[in-house]
Parts: sequence; C-alpha cells; structure tokens
Amino acid sequence: MDVLTCDHISFGYENQIAVDQVSFSLKQGDFLCIVGKNGSGKSTLLKGILGFLKPIHGEMNFSEEAKEHGVGYLPQQTAVQKNFPATVMEVVLSGCLKERGHKPFYSKKEKQKAIYNLKRIGMASKRRMCYCDLSGGQQQRVLIARALCATKDILMLDEPTTGLDPKATMELYRILEYLNKEEHVTILMVSHDIQNLISYATHILHMNQKMKFFGTIEQYKKSEVGKEFIGGGQI
Amino acid sequence: MIQMIGKMFSYPFIIHAFIVGILVSLCAALLGVSLVLKRFSMIGDGLSHVSFGALSVAVAFGWAPLPVSIPIVVLAAFFLLRITDNAKMKSDAAIAVLSSSSLAIGITVTALTTGMNTDVSSYMFGSILAMDTTDVIISVILSIIVLLLYFFCYNKIFAVTFDESFAQASGVSVNFYRMVIAVFTAVTIVLGMRMMGAMLISSLIIFPALTSMRMVKSFRGVVICSAVLSVLNFCIGLILSFLYATPTGASIVIINLIVFLIASVIQKIRGV
Repeated sequence: MDVLTCDHISFGYENQIAVDQVSFSLKQGDFLCIVGKNGSGKSTLLKGILGFLKPIHGEMNFSEEAKEHGVGYLPQQTAVQKNFPATVMEVVLSGCLKERGHKPFYSKKEKQKAIYNLKRIGMASKRRMCYCDLSGGQQQRVLIARALCATKDILMLDEPTTGLDPKATMELYRILEYLNKEEHVTILMVSHDIQNLISYATHILHMNQKMKFFGTIEQYKKSEVGKEFIGGGQI
Repeated sequence: MIQMIGKMFSYPFIIHAFIVGILVSLCAALLGVSLVLKRFSMIGDGLSHVSFGALSVAVAFGWAPLPVSIPIVVLAAFFLLRITDNAKMKSDAAIAVLSSSSLAIGITVTALTTGMNTDVSSYMFGSILAMDTTDVIISVILSIIVLLLYFFCYNKIFAVTFDESFAQASGVSVNFYRMVIAVFTAVTIVLGMRMMGAMLISSLIIFPALTSMRMVKSFRGVVICSAVLSVLNFCIGLILSFLYATPTGASIVIINLIVFLIASVIQKIRGV
C-alpha cells in the first residue's frame, strides 16, 4: 500500500529551485534512502515532504492511514542540543506534543508511551539521565524514541549519522533495521552514507536536483548512477 | 538589623520596588532559560540599550516614558529576531549596531534638550526611587501573563527551545512562540531597566539561568531553580543595598555573580 506518492514535485527557496520534478512512491514497510551529493536537494525534499515548504510544482499525497498514524521526524542535530539541560524522559515526551491541546502536564498514558518507545531502542534504563551526558549515538537513539512517540509506523530521518563514530553509526543502523524488519516501521532517510546503507535499504532515490534514479536497491546496484556512486566496492 | 529591615518596609517606595523587582526577576528568569539556551543572551543587552534611548527621548520631549518605550523596544525585539533568521547581517553585529546607535541617540537628544539630569542617569545605572504605581500595575499584569504562558505552554516552550524543526513538524507554531518570547522579554526589560539600570538589566535574564544549569540537569529543574534563585538574589541584593547604601542594580548583579561563582565551584568539585 502506498504511504506517500509524489508526482513531479518541485521545491525551492526564493526563486531558486532545489528539488526539480521528483516522482516516487513510498510503500508500507519500505526503507527508502534519499542519497546524493551535498547540496543536491535531499534535505529540501524531506522538508517539503514534511510540509515546511510549499511545492512550486507537482503534487504530493499521503494516504489517509498515514495521515492518521502521523510521521515521526528526526531533524539534523543542532549545536544547541548537545549540551541541553533536559532529562532523556523530557526529550522523549516532547514527541507526544502533536496530539495534545493546551493541557499543561503529560498524562500517564503518554509517559507509558515514552517508556515503551525508549525500550524499543534499548534506552529505558537511562531515562532519568541528562541528555547532555549521553554519547552522540545515544542522543540519536533518544531522538528516534521521540520520533516514535509522534507516529505509529512512519519515520523520516535527516542525516542521522552525521558526527557519529563508525561503531555508533552501525548501532544506529541496526536499530533502524530492527524497527523496519521486525516492527514494520516505514523508514525514509536522507543520507550520503551509501556504502553502509546498501545492506539495510530496500529502495533508493538518487538526487542531483533532478531525480537521477528511483527504484529498488537491486536495480540501483545495476544502474549506471548506482555503480558510479557506490564506487570502489562494486568494480 | 531586623529593626533596619522593619524600617525599610515603612517606606512606600521600597514596597513598590520589592513588588516590581520580585515580579520582574521572576519573568526575567523564566524567559532567560529559553533565551540563554537558544543563544539569544545578547538580545537582552541590546534591548536594554534601545530602551534607554527610547526613555531618554521620551523624557526630553516630556512624554510619558512607558507608553513610548514599550512599543519601540517590542519593535526592536521583532527586528532582532528576524535578523537571526536572515543571514545577510549576523545577529551579533546587528545587536551591537542597534545598541550603540540607540545609546548615542538617547544621549545626544538629552544633551540637546534637558541636559544630563538625574532621570537619565537613573536609567543608565538604575534607581530604587523610579517605581511608581503604574509600574506596579504593569508588572503585576505582565508577570501573571508570563506565568500563565509558562504553565499552559510549558511543553511547547520546551519543544521550541530544544528543537525548532521537530516542534514545527509537530504542528507547533515556532514563529508565534518566538514572537511571544520576544515581546515579553522587551516588556520585562523596559520595566526592570529603571530599577536595575540599562547597563545591568540583562544580567537578570542571564545569571539565574546560567547558575541553575550548573546545579540541575533537567529542564523543569532549571526553570524552577532559576525562578527561585532570581527572586532570592533580588531580595538579598535590595536589602543589602538599603543597609549599606550601595547602588541597587549593581548590588543585585554582584549577588547574582557570587551565587554563580559558588555554583560553578561546586560543579567543578563534584565533577572531579
């Protein structure tokens, strides 16, 4: 079932087109990676999908089910966050923000949801720690738990491995793999780490302003763009 | 000493100063947590200079000071926050330009009209005598609004402070909260400035937040701790300034500094 379909969609900033006529579809249970060089419009496309930018051209549709389940978003980390004085629990709970009105405190149900999502990523025991005392990889896992609080089964991640060491990166991929394979969470991820992602992703969208390639990972490995971008290992 | 404190509260101006001071320090501390964490600390400093310029112009032309300066400072706050979005001029440069220009305008207008009188110098370094009934009413209203805002929007303020992109994706209007914080900061500064002084008011915003961040490690803890510290430091500073006839604003800042240093030392010792 299609969760999201984009038809010749374009996004940009102030007369400058960053994403030019991209068409693709995201199905339930897919692990789609948007790859491309720096400045190729990957992050802009994600921001457009999330509704931060208005499309200049084309159409984009979420399925009714997807609208109901919500999308969990993991933005690029900012410098402000690294030393932020907040407990892990406070950060994860802020993922529940979407469904609530102006009630001042979080309910018991929301707290249970936060703990459940912390368990899914193996961080429940650290919920009283300060976010600022965690390692970079642990911080990203906490942010994934926060994103999971905002959705039933769709995650969108923007360069989640930036600044992580190789070990933390692999750990993060294993968690995403677990969520995707075992819990059937649909994942859309922007990244340039194609070498590692080949073993986890099911679909690839290769961008360079325009869409260079969209298809399954097997097709991508055989395609010209794919061979060139994956590089050394395949030759 | 207890007699002295008893005597102190027999003066109506001291009671005014206490009410306004406690409420303004409370608001400044709450707003300060978000401003410091979002790296907007210098906005308070810039706005206090703008406020000084606006007040001196108002005094020079014989206008009522608060109705003139509050809108001007609110406008300046909008302007400074917009600049942060827009990369053509960096925000630290914009703040420096704005604060020195408004200081210059204020001083020049004053020199040309009334001359440097006590009013203007009290705006610069603060005066305990400056609080009248209007200030008391405005600060009571302001602090009630800020407290209600914090109570009902606490979770959204946390989300916006921690991660604007995620908050936006959750349907929180990030711009609205930015604007709200800017407006309240502006009003807090105008109110507090006449007691604390244009040169010293920004410390009321920054110190309590910085000190609490050295003592507590949860957002809720930091917010509560800075509110308590801010009010406490204000009261101690005001009483000491009365007892030893020291300048009020400066005494409060020095108390804040001492508490901050103690907290830093304790953190160092605990950390090692």
